[in-house]
Amino acid sequence: MERKKTSLYQLHQDCNAKFVEFAGYQMPIQYSEGIVEEHKFTRNHSGIFDVSHMGQLFIYGGEDLIKDLEKIFPLDLKNLKLNHSKYSFLMDKDAGIHDDLIITKINEGFLIILNAACKDNDFKILKELLREKYKMVLDENRSLIAIQGPKSSQVLNKVVDGVNDLNFMSGNWFSFENQKVYITRSGYTGEDGFEISIPNDFADKLTRELIYKGSKLIGLGARDTLRLEAGLCLYGHDLDKDKTPIEANLKWAISKERISKGDFIGSDIIIKQLNDGVSKIRVGIKPEGRIIAREKTKIFNQSYVYIGEITSGTFGPSVNGPVAMGYVENEFSKKDTKVFLEVRGKKHPASICSLPFYKKSYVKGVN
Amino acid sequence: MSEVKYSKEHEWIKLDGDVATIGITKHATEMLGDIVFAELPEKGSNVEKDGTAGVVESTKAASDVYTPVSGEVVDTNQAIVDDPSKINQDPENSAWFFKLKIKDPAEMDTLMNKDDYDKFAKETSA
Repeated sequence: MERKKTSLYQLHQDCNAKFVEFAGYQMPIQYSEGIVEEHKFTRNHSGIFDVSHMGQLFIYGGEDLIKDLEKIFPLDLKNLKLNHSKYSFLMDKDAGIHDDLIITKINEGFLIILNAACKDNDFKILKELLREKYKMVLDENRSLIAIQGPKSSQVLNKVVDGVNDLNFMSGNWFSFENQKVYITRSGYTGEDGFEISIPNDFADKLTRELIYKGSKLIGLGARDTLRLEAGLCLYGHDLDKDKTPIEANLKWAISKERISKGDFIGSDIIIKQLNDGVSKIRVGIKPEGRIIAREKTKIFNQSYVYIGEITSGTFGPSVNGPVAMGYVENEFSKKDTKVFLEVRGKKHPASICSLPFYKKSYVKGVN
Repeated sequence: MSEVKYSKEHEWIKLDGDVATIGITKHATEMLGDIVFAELPEKGSNVEKDGTAGVVESTKAASDVYTPVSGEVVDTNQAIVDDPSKINQDPENSAWFFKLKIKDPAEMDTLMNKDDYDKFAKETSA
């Protein structure tokens, strides 16, 4: 099957991108400066990420839609203010995670940003659950560009006036070249930043202007090291259908009010796990020394008994050392618990740690 | 000192008497990207031609380092373990990996010279 290309493909080539296949798309893994420099540039200045492969699902509707979506997502959507966003998940009846997502209330209904590898399946599931009552558009005509890092509001504001006024996890419609662009103050790097939904034909121009104002394109390689340092989950690795949001240590994303009613898909299991606890839970793991423990690395307790597995692990350029997260049996999940990681046949010491590995205070509006 | 030879696994080797210095090529570092971890064989251990004799890791993946000839490890370069980014900066000189007291000088004849290696690297990365 031929790989799909985003609207920025030519620009990626112009910037000497190395490409990889990702979820059926030809995507830049890095540019000439390399993953470590791109990572640091994002932390210190601002990096531009082409995330156009992600799904932009518009669902149009009013009060009925809110009620129907509350049967699906564990969110208090009727009290979600216009242009405000929430992190959530699409679950099955056993609370296994089909996808993690950001849902934003817009004037006409909701905009849901979905993972690239999951978007077609999510669309099918949602269409079935909503019994085709609402107009749903998985919009292939719009690109999604993220700009992340401490200088991103300064840079973006020069190109799209007014974005400075957005609070964290909220958005609005802005204008670029007389086109309607929807911008949210959000991202997935642990930095202040924005995600810009823009018609395909204007994505290249917007991105080139951001570069002209001092920002740089950043590949998927650095996106991965940035999100891992920030303790954020990657679907298909840290989250999947065999893990629930409670096991993933994401209960903060579930509305307390909705739990008390318990009338959403997967709520039985969620409530049970909240009451009885879970047998495995996601934790941060810091290897001692420089050894890198990658996905599928086995985790052992002090008596060399298997207690779990790494789901993401790499070298964190800002931490200047290895970082990982994974699932361990609940009794070993306390901070500072000593564990062993089996890398290339040898057991290496590591400790359970709190997430994120790297923290910066967000701008206004953070709770 | 003899000419530098190269292996298909992208190691370089320089023989001085019966001691060979081994590292990975500039081409290898370009393929790997930023190297953030290096593991070397133990001093005093014996390594066999084409066997693994270390590991390098980029942010994305781990790759084995092979030895192009057999011998006893007589020295290792701790500087690249402490700061693996040195491997990207100067792979074919100061960022050598290990030194071997070689077992069989004839093994050197199985390796490529610079021209052949450059051609090989170009063909395999195309």
